[in-house]
Amino acid sequence: MAPAVERNTGMSYERTQTSRVVDNGFKWLTWLFGVGIGVTLLAIALQVAIDAWPAIQKFGIFDFITVARWNPVEDIYGAWTQIYGTLITSFIALLIAVPIGVGVAIILSEDFLPERLRQPLVFMVELLAAIPSVVYGLWGMFVLAPLLQGPMTWLHQNFGWIPLFSTPPTGRGIYIASLVLAIMILPIISSISRDSLASVNPALRQAAYGLGATRWETLIQVIIPTAISGIIGGVMLALGRAMGETMAVTMLIGNSPRPSPSLFAQGSTISALLANQFAEASGLQVAALMYAALILFVLTLIVNVLAEYIVKKVEIKKL
Amino acid sequence: MTTNLQTSTKTNTDVVFRTENVNIYYGDFKAVRDVNIEVPRHAITAFIGPSGCGKSTVLRCFNRLNDLIKSFHLDGKILYHGQDLYASDIDAVEVRRQIGMVFQQPNPFPKTIYDNIAFGPRLLGYKGDMDELVENSLRGAAMWDDVKDKLKALGTDLSGGQQQRLCIARAIAVQPEVLLMDEPCAALDPISTLKIEDLMQELKEKYTLVIVTHNMQQASRASDFTAFFNVQANEKGQRTGYIEEHDRTEVIFQSPKQKATQEYVSGRFG
Ligand SMILES: Nc1ncnc2c1ncn2[C@@H]1O[C@H](COP(=O)(O)OP(=O)(O)OP(=O)(O)O)[C@@H](O)[C@H]1O
Ligand SMILES: [Mg+2]
Repeated sequence: MAPAVERNTGMSYERTQTSRVVDNGFKWLTWLFGVGIGVTLLAIALQVAIDAWPAIQKFGIFDFITVARWNPVEDIYGAWTQIYGTLITSFIALLIAVPIGVGVAIILSEDFLPERLRQPLVFMVELLAAIPSVVYGLWGMFVLAPLLQGPMTWLHQNFGWIPLFSTPPTGRGIYIASLVLAIMILPIISSISRDSLASVNPALRQAAYGLGATRWETLIQVIIPTAISGIIGGVMLALGRAMGETMAVTMLIGNSPRPSPSLFAQGSTISALLANQFAEASGLQVAALMYAALILFVLTLIVNVLAEYIVKKVEIKKL
Repeated sequence: MTTNLQTSTKTNTDVVFRTENVNIYYGDFKAVRDVNIEVPRHAITAFIGPSGCGKSTVLRCFNRLNDLIKSFHLDGKILYHGQDLYASDIDAVEVRRQIGMVFQQPNPFPKTIYDNIAFGPRLLGYKGDMDELVENSLRGAAMWDDVKDKLKALGTDLSGGQQQRLCIARAIAVQPEVLLMDEPCAALDPISTLKIEDLMQELKEKYTLVIVTHNMQQASRASDFTAFFNVQANEKGQRTGYIEEHDRTEVIFQSPKQKATQEYVSGRFG
């Protein structure tokens, strides 16, 4: 374009060819990455499904999911123990980590604490995420389990009539795996929640205060609902992590093939099963393990879809 | 402790706010000095003046919103119907329930239009007919006809001008005694601005209004009293605001006593 007025600026008003190419290239690149992620995911799922096919044919869906029997000698497989273990450990971990994680996020995002105290705390919580899971496993085994042995035995002796506490606690089991999982997912929940709480427009806080809301009313009725989709996103990410966590859980859960309603009993999870058996498996056992992996995959998918749904539901405001 | 404020408002005086030698600080920085004004009831008082002279700062003292800022403190007295707003037995939350505020940037909650309006009344435990209150508040802010068919739509999806009127409706839903407005029309087009000015004339029948504005026509058109804020740098370069002149609006705009006022209102200010 010819400039309408004579300008003496030394500035270029036209876009250079490079700028256009870079811009376009960037668009294509992001598109490529986006599709790439989808394709990779599908390819993995497909490959796992193909490998699992013999077991799917042999055991069907219902039997494989509901039967608790994992017998490589007779080549009969049903993954209920592991599915139950995966669900219960993740659920308990969430039950513990969500209130604490969101609470920590609230404390760290509001000005409850002086800045000098807040920064190190933020740092420490985030550092929890950097600890390798084998260290969590060792810590659970040699520190947490001995520490909890006394109180848990007391629980069993006094409340043993409740199925959840019906077996005597040993150093390993569902409860200890769940507790360690809770600590492991805490930083995910708290840091994502903190970010989404802190990103709430401060003008909304002023609006609420201006209408005579107290700090807590503002927090509960304005700040948290505004940040809720981020918080739920963090919780779901944490749940995915908990369901897939392998090392620490394998070390702590006891790897028992029998399901038990007791939290003190030893159990297993899908990830732990895979970690324990995959290296030495052959034939139908490989297919059965792949089948279990596929189920873990589907479980994670369901969790994510559910999360989307919850976020939508929560975000639609009631009249 | 809250009874103080309530009993005192029963004895409605004609002067809503009286400030006595108020100095306002942010940390060591003295933002505004020697504020001595009276805000009369059922009238519109406008604060005008150059940027940074402390209009918002003073306004936000009237409902103790500055309490949120850690470094803020003040000396002197701000009397609300004779009651010291900053006395230790006064509950700031209680103050804000009676003294509403509309901000420069529209800030509706990311909730439905209905829930935006109902927010304040629900906080106060309103037991009456909420639908009716919502309707009346929206009518009061001259936007019932705009939104009566979409009360379930998000308040944040409205246009800027509608959002600002929604914020006014939200503020009057709790039936405050005073409405503070900090440049309520700054983000609005001339038509919405005129609508809000008309609205202010209606509102002053019921409420006492204090508005901050950079718009000279608005101050001269819409207000009954005008306080002209000015700012002066001290030897350390700190710019402290003060009230140069405060009088009836006609006087400020037609025969001000101070030269600086004259220059500012006629647009010949540096
Ligand atoms: N939160 C704060 N912390 C520290 N200083 C502040 C704070 N808010 C305002 N100030 C200072 O106080 C002075 C007055 O600010 P104020 O916002 O009251 O001005 P104003 O008259 O409303 O200006 P404008 O017309 O631009 O809105 C300014 O010097 C400003 O820098
Ligand atoms: Mg201002």
